[in-house]
Amino acid sequence: MKKKFKLNEIDCANCALKLEESIKEISGVKDAKVNYMMQKLTVEADEADMDGVVEKVLAACRRLEPDMEVTAI
Amino acid sequence: MNKKQKKWLARILAAAVLFVILEICMHAGVFEGRGWLGFLFALVPYLIVGYDVLLKAVRNISHGELFDESFLMMVATIGAFGIGEYPEAVAVMLLYQIGELFQNYATGKSRNSISELMSIAPEYANLFRDGEVEEVDPDEVEIGDTIIIKPGEKVPLDGVVLEGESMLDTAALTGEPVPRAVRPGEAVISGCVNGQGTLKVQTTKAYEDSTVSRILEMVETATEKKTHVENFVTRFAKVYTPFVTICAVALALLPPLFLGGGSEVWISWVRRACIFLVVSCPCALVISVPLGFFGGIGAASRIGVLVKGSNYLEAMSQVTTIVFDKTGTLTKGEFRVTELLPVQAGEKAEEELLELAAYAEYYSNHPIAQSILEAYGRSIDSGRIAHAEEITGSGIHTCIDGEEVLAGNAKLMRENGIDFTMSGSAGTVVYLARGGRFAGTVVISDSIKDGVKEAVCDMKAAGIRKTVMLSGDREKAAQAVAREIGIDEVRAELLPGEKVEELEKLLAEQTGKNKLAFAGDGINDAPALMRSDVGIAMGSMGSDAAIEAADIVLMDDDVGKIASTVRISRKTMGIIRGNIIFALAVKAVILLLGALGYANMWVAIFGDVGVLIICILNAMRLLSRKTGQ
Repeated sequence: MKKKFKLNEIDCANCALKLEESIKEISGVKDAKVNYMMQKLTVEADEADMDGVVEKVLAACRRLEPDMEVTAI
Repeated sequence: MNKKQKKWLARILAAAVLFVILEICMHAGVFEGRGWLGFLFALVPYLIVGYDVLLKAVRNISHGELFDESFLMMVATIGAFGIGEYPEAVAVMLLYQIGELFQNYATGKSRNSISELMSIAPEYANLFRDGEVEEVDPDEVEIGDTIIIKPGEKVPLDGVVLEGESMLDTAALTGEPVPRAVRPGEAVISGCVNGQGTLKVQTTKAYEDSTVSRILEMVETATEKKTHVENFVTRFAKVYTPFVTICAVALALLPPLFLGGGSEVWISWVRRACIFLVVSCPCALVISVPLGFFGGIGAASRIGVLVKGSNYLEAMSQVTTIVFDKTGTLTKGEFRVTELLPVQAGEKAEEELLELAAYAEYYSNHPIAQSILEAYGRSIDSGRIAHAEEITGSGIHTCIDGEEVLAGNAKLMRENGIDFTMSGSAGTVVYLARGGRFAGTVVISDSIKDGVKEAVCDMKAAGIRKTVMLSGDREKAAQAVAREIGIDEVRAELLPGEKVEELEKLLAEQTGKNKLAFAGDGINDAPALMRSDVGIAMGSMGSDAAIEAADIVLMDDDVGKIASTVRISRKTMGIIRGNIIFALAVKAVILLLGALGYANMWVAIFGDVGVLIICILNAMRLLSRKTGQ
C-alpha cells in the first residue's frame, strides 16, 4: 500500500534527493518518492509493516530536515 | 512572498547593511592594528544571517551527516574567519542565504503557476436531493446523484445533463478558447466552467475518478517519473560533495605538511580549501531537473497537452518517427455513405442495395455498419435476418429472406468465388452479393480532420523525420488520405493485431537514441500505445483505456499540438542540459583555479550562488507564455 505525506518547507532540491535515498534504505520500505516541486512524499510498503515504517520514515524526516513539517494526507 | 520568506529577507537585508559598513570600515583602515574588533564587527551580520545554518549544521553533525551543505558552509566560513578574511566569511553566508531564499521563492512561484494553470479543481458541488440543494464537498457526491451547476461555476464531477442548456468553457482543460454547447443527454466533464445556463446533471463518476482529479493527480505525480538526466544528476550529486570535501581537507593539510613553511603557507592552502567547500554543493544541478521538467509539463498542460511523466517529455524530445492510427486520429471517424453503385444503375436499385446493406450489417457494431444503418434510416425487421456471422478483416456472412448474403471487402468476394467489379473509389468500399451473385457496391468515406495537413507539415518543421500511417482500410483509401495530408509511409489493410506487429517492425528500424511515438484513439490502439516509446492518445474522443495506456494525452484531439509538444520537450531538455553543463563547467573551472591559487573567495561565491540563481532563472523561462508556440 501507499501512504502520502505533505512536506512543508523542505529546504532544497538536494535535500529532497538525500531524504528520498535515506527513506528508500529503511527496512520495509518498498519504494519512496520525494516530489520536491509538489512537496510531497509517497512511501510504499506492505500493509502489515506500514505502521512501523511510518514511524521510521518520520524519524528520518526529523533527523535530516528538522525544520520540515510532515503531515499525512 | 510568505511570512517565513519575509523574515528571511529581513535578516538578509539587515546583514547586508552591516556587511557594507564593515567593508567601508575595512577599507578606511578603522580596524588597523585591532583585528579582533573587525572580527567582532563581522560576527554580528554573520550570526544574523547564518544562525539557522549553524544550528542545522551542529544538529547534523550529531546525526553523523558530514556532507550536509550547512555543515560545509559552516566549515568554509569558519575557515575564512580563521585566516582573517572576515568580509569574505560574511559574504559567503550572506549570499548562500540569498541563493536559498531565491530557490525557495522560485519553486514556490512555479508551483503556484501550475496550480493556477490547473485551477480546475472544484471547491464544492451543489447536491440536489429531495427537492433541496445543498452545498457539499465534491468527495461526498455519489455516482448517480443529481447536482446543479449554476452559471459561472465549475463542473465538479463528470456526468450527463438532465435539464438545461449552456455553453461550457473548456479552456482550462483543453486550451481550446471556443466554448462547447451542451444539451440534455450530453456528457459534461469536470473542470469545465459553466456559461450562462443552469444545468442539472446526473453524475456518472465519483470525484476521485472524475476527469479533474485524474488530471491533477497526473500532473502532480508527473515529475516523480525518473528520467535519464535525473538519474545522472542523482548519481553525480552523491559522489560530488564527498569528493570535493575530501579534496578540500587534503588541500588544507597535505601541501603545508610536505612543503613546510610558516603561517603564510598555511593560510594560502586553507583559503584554497575554503574555496572548495563553498562550491561543494551540487544544488544548481539538482534543482535544474525538477524545476525544468515542472516548467515543461506546465507549458504543455497550458496548451491542453497532458504529459504523464517527465520521462515521457524526455523521450518525446528524441522522437523522430511518429506513427498514426488513421481513423479518429487523422480523420474524423465519422463515416458516411457517399456512393451507392448497384449492378444495374437506377434510383430504385440504389435503394434496394442500401436496404440489403443495412440488413446485412444490422448486427455489426463496426462504425461502417452504423453509418450504413444511419443512411438507410428506416427500421429493420430483424425477423428477415436468419443468422449473421462477422468474419474479422473481411466482412459479414448472413442470410436474408432465405438467401445467402455477403457484405465485405474484395477478399470476402474472392474467397466465395463471387464475380465482382473492383471499385476505383478512394473511400471504404463494401461489396454486396446475394445468392452467390454480385449485387453492387456501397462506398463509405471518412473526412480528414481540419488542420491535419498543416499539423503534419508543422511536425516536419519541428524535426520529425518520418511519419507513418497505420490503417485497417484498403490500400487505395489509405493512400489517398496519406497523399492528401503528406504522410510519408502507409501500412494499410491491417487487422487489429497486425497494427502492433507493424509497430514492432518500425520500432526495430529505429537507430540509436531515436524514439518512436504512436498517436491513436480507439480501444484497439491501447496495445500500440503501450508498446511505442511514447504513446499519444486523443483525450476527449479517445476511450478511457487508450488514455490510461497513453503517456501523453491531447485533451482537445488536436493533432497539431503534437508539434508543439515536441518543441516544448526539446526546449525543456535543452534548458536542463544547458544548466547541467553550465554548472559543471563553472564549478570545474573554479575548483581548478582554486586549487592552483588563482581564484579568491568571491569567485567561489559566484560558483555557488551565482550559478544556482542563473540555473533557476533559466529553468523558469519554461513557464513563460511563449513556450511551445
